[in-house]
Amino acid sequence: MDIINLFELISRILIISISVSAPYIFAGIGEMFSQKSGVLNLGVEGIMMVGAFSAFYFTWAYNNVLLGIAVSLIVGAVMGLLMGFVSITLKAKQGISGIGIYMLGWGTAGTLFRLFIGGVESIDKGVENIDLPVLGRIPYLGRIFFSHNILVYAAFLLVPLSWYLLYKTPWGLKVRAVGSTPRAADTMGISVNKIRYQCVIIGSTLAGLAGAYLSIAQANMFTSDLIAGRGFIAVALVYFGRWKPFGVLKGALLFSTANAFQRWFQISGINFPYEVTVILPYLLIIVVLAFSHKGFAEPTALTVPYDREFKG
Amino acid sequence: MWGIDMQKIKSMEMKGITKRFPGVIANKDIDLKVNSGEVFALLGENGAGKTTLMNILYGLYSPDEGNIYINDKKVIIDSPKKALELGIGMVHQHFMLVPSLTVSENIALGSDFESKFRLDLKKISKNIKKLSKDYSLEVEPEKKISELSVGEQQKVEIVKALYHGANFLVLDEPTAALTPQESSQLISWLRTVIKEDMGVIFISHKLNEVMSVSDRVQVLRNGKTYFSAKTKNTNIDELAKNMAGREIKLPKLEAEKTHGDILMELKHIWVKDRRGIDVLKDINLKLREGEILGIAGVSGNGQKDLAEVITGLKKAYKGEIIFGDQNIEKKSVQEIIDLGVGFIPEDRLHMGTIPRFTVKENLILKDYLKNPFSNNYILDQNYIKNYCKTTVEEYDVRCPNINTPTHALSGGNIQKIILSRELKREPDVLVAAYPIRGVDIAAVEYIHSKLLEARENGMAILLITEELEEIMNLSDRIAVIYEGEILRILDNTAASKSKLGTLMAGVVDENK
Amino acid sequence: MKINKAQLIQLAISTAVLGLSLITALLLGSVILIIAGVNPLIAYKALVIDPVSSLFGISEAVVRAVPLMLVGTGISIAFRSQMINIGAEGQIQLGAIAGGAAAIYFSGLPKIFLIPAVILIGFTAGGIWGGIAGWMKAKLSVNEVLSTVMLNYIAFQLYLYLIRGPLIDPAELAWGTGVPQTARIAGAAEISRIFLGYRVHYGIFFAIVMAFFIYFLLWKTTFGFRLRAVGEEKNAAAYAGVKVDKYLVMAMILSGGLAGIAGTVEVLGVHRRVLEGLSANYGFSGIVVALFGRLHPIGVIPASFLFGLLLIGAEKMQRAVDIPSALVISLQGLIILSVVSSSLLLEKKKYRDKIYNIFS
Repeated sequence: MDIINLFELISRILIISISVSAPYIFAGIGEMFSQKSGVLNLGVEGIMMVGAFSAFYFTWAYNNVLLGIAVSLIVGAVMGLLMGFVSITLKAKQGISGIGIYMLGWGTAGTLFRLFIGGVESIDKGVENIDLPVLGRIPYLGRIFFSHNILVYAAFLLVPLSWYLLYKTPWGLKVRAVGSTPRAADTMGISVNKIRYQCVIIGSTLAGLAGAYLSIAQANMFTSDLIAGRGFIAVALVYFGRWKPFGVLKGALLFSTANAFQRWFQISGINFPYEVTVILPYLLIIVVLAFSHKGFAEPTALTVPYDREFKG
Repeated sequence: MWGIDMQKIKSMEMKGITKRFPGVIANKDIDLKVNSGEVFALLGENGAGKTTLMNILYGLYSPDEGNIYINDKKVIIDSPKKALELGIGMVHQHFMLVPSLTVSENIALGSDFESKFRLDLKKISKNIKKLSKDYSLEVEPEKKISELSVGEQQKVEIVKALYHGANFLVLDEPTAALTPQESSQLISWLRTVIKEDMGVIFISHKLNEVMSVSDRVQVLRNGKTYFSAKTKNTNIDELAKNMAGREIKLPKLEAEKTHGDILMELKHIWVKDRRGIDVLKDINLKLREGEILGIAGVSGNGQKDLAEVITGLKKAYKGEIIFGDQNIEKKSVQEIIDLGVGFIPEDRLHMGTIPRFTVKENLILKDYLKNPFSNNYILDQNYIKNYCKTTVEEYDVRCPNINTPTHALSGGNIQKIILSRELKREPDVLVAAYPIRGVDIAAVEYIHSKLLEARENGMAILLITEELEEIMNLSDRIAVIYEGEILRILDNTAASKSKLGTLMAGVVDENK
Repeated sequence: MKINKAQLIQLAISTAVLGLSLITALLLGSVILIIAGVNPLIAYKALVIDPVSSLFGISEAVVRAVPLMLVGTGISIAFRSQMINIGAEGQIQLGAIAGGAAAIYFSGLPKIFLIPAVILIGFTAGGIWGGIAGWMKAKLSVNEVLSTVMLNYIAFQLYLYLIRGPLIDPAELAWGTGVPQTARIAGAAEISRIFLGYRVHYGIFFAIVMAFFIYFLLWKTTFGFRLRAVGEEKNAAAYAGVKVDKYLVMAMILSGGLAGIAGTVEVLGVHRRVLEGLSANYGFSGIVVALFGRLHPIGVIPASFLFGLLLIGAEKMQRAVDIPSALVISLQGLIILSVVSSSLLLEKKKYRDKIYNIFS
């Protein structure tokens, strides 16, 4: 293989890697907010499913990408509200209620898909790529970094933005306090539950967007196995990223690169059982989780509902 | 808040406060009044209702009956924020600080900011420095809470309250985790610096502290007021009697015994925590038959690790523990239990018992494997039932029946379950960590007499505690632990409170 | 088991709360249906009434209750040990493929040896799969929800690979049809059907016996005492001499093993070969069953029958009134949410006393 072809190959893989990283970033950063405030939302996968379905349906039926995105955000927020109600107000076990949210999203997306669409449909025009002026014309780099759709840019902007929010604003300080010592925050007049609701809803809204990205920006279609575990991977990325925005970004890029390689494998014609290439990302996440450094980064009140009059 | 001119609290009055929790009346018709410029002591046993009353004042609980008046005006305090706004600051027994944040971030938590989008910590740090100078309370704003000692954290708590405009302070058991030196510093600070400016409620169960710090004292028992007086018009005995409801004379060690055989010996034990820091350094101890060895020290100086390394829950990376004729350091917890080491752990709710297990199940927590409790892996329900019924009677565990979940019982009764389980197994060596923490005086009396009885019968007991009185009453010898090291081992007769106090602060006088 | 009045009231309260949860879930589910423009009454008639109105429906419900009971019992063990095992789906598939392969290749053995051996192999396959997640949790503190989910995806692909490739029925290759399924298992390995013309098989008795066995194991043996101690309070269990890590792994092995058996029994009793879509999300329905049975093996028995009916109802609904059977997954999600929410009512003393007063 000569140099030009190798360059071509690497840049192709990187282009794919960057464009498929967006849903991991959206969902991962969202889940990070939720966990930072002390709520482990395991329902991300289900929220992504309804997000993906609703975005696809409204784009397909009304031919309006913006409407599709807007609805996916709303649907995500509603799912977050439900998760919040169950796990914050009713203080249900978070691990199990997340599974309830997952199944609710999964079943609802499936049901509505069959009722409203019925079979395989695709949209011709999803979220379109935008070449950034000037930057987009840099050889190789332009194509890799500056020729994506607007959601990709949004995802990459979200990372420093959420870092700023968490570490440089009063609200971020409250989130960090609520996630580690809610009682202390409460005595300082911070409403623990309010902050937690905000974070869970931010998280699930972003999960809805992540789903929308998959259906109307990446695949331009909806199938029941579209999400394929990405929601759970996003939760794992939060652990991998040590509850830090740039850590989550690192994880997202690792996985999107793995995805890109996997695709290249499948289309490259190398003789390899298809199933094995499909397994790779899941194996990778298990390995990553196993070797993630265990330390003191985890919000100490993660999964613990707050109860002011609880006499412990 | 900072900069806002708040009305000063000249007097704070609680009238007819009643608070019920399911099954208990925590406060019953309590009145109290505190004026600016005085230190008011609220005295009572554990469970007497002091903390509940103060949580009501601080807006954490809402009272079922009764009202609060500030400067003779009725106020409703329905949240801690409201209490702060009124100028009431509270330093809780368990600090309300976020360990992963810095001092200034912790203080910033309750502040209003000019901008929602910018966290200006510089200004806050500056204000903290000024405040800490004004009130002679040294704190470093940039340090993380997790890096501070207990005494330093307490200062942060006080600064936090003052920063947010408190001009009335409530201190809940403020000396519980301090060294005797730190305690007396705090007391003199309260009497000189703070009293000038504001009213103080000082909650304690320690009589001598109350005598030295307060102007007036009120005693609570079973949620009711039993006694109140000017401190100078009362004395320790009168307060003690009112606190316990009857005269209680805690049992004391009988005259010195001859030292028995060595049952267990710790030789050069070193233990690391999970961050790799040494928490026990070269520990050498001998436990003798029929002897109580007291470990004195401010909690957090390695006591927990010491108890756990003996019982096999933690492993030493150097050194050995000789028990009988073998080194048990490498043995499993189960093997050490079977060899005859008992353990009354510090955390009775989550280590000594399983909260959702029944009384019955917790009573056999260490015996279920043995015949006749079980036979060929099958539990003998009948035997267990009868055994537990007898034990509950024998040790006077108050519970509806032996199938009640343990978390429904009071602290004293839970401790009795643990005590009976550990003593009935008749171990050669017993590690007792803070056996009376949080239990009422009647239970203290009972637990101490049981421990002394076990000593009489030849048990070697390692008693870990932070209460000097307890350690002086019970121990044949006293070892002082400081930052994971045993500084000195003294005979009971050679020990005094002041000597132990200096040692507990880490001061070793090399000339002696 | 002696039951006194207090326990009876407790049982009544639990049942009432569960009933309320179910109704809440159905009401919330009707919102989805209304959004979709479907009359919820029509849907729910097909879902709830139709299955019990024919012998065929009841037989099919019992057929589904078998895997639900085995999986639900297993999940109860895991959840009681604070291990949120959502990997039953993968554990079922591995149990099915391992047991199925054994039932094909050991065809020479007599029935009395073959069936237990095959079931044991199914248990082992599922147990290993669950045990991996348990081991990773105990030794590497890997969140078990994530690891079991990932293991599900891996098991699914492994399963597909095996029935498409190495284990495919030679006849499929010979005829060139290529349907991904294995050959038929040996006749001696088949679990017999109880009534002619209905699929309900003797596996149901086996499942009930297993539930009682697990109950006995958990509450009457020293092993169960330790397992429950670890689940309730790890520190206290360690203090009492229990090797916590070992019992976490054990709980997951048992849990996965029971799911594995469920897969094997599906092959031996229902399909008689390993084929695509063998586990109709029993791994997830099993979670609902376990929660509905209050994580108690005996409670799981009636819950399995109830959800067996619900699953068959969902299929009827799809066929009769064309409402997608996927709805039942939403409903199960809602049931999980309302059941875990109701635990606030049952566990908080304040509320519990109030409810108790109503009943006594």
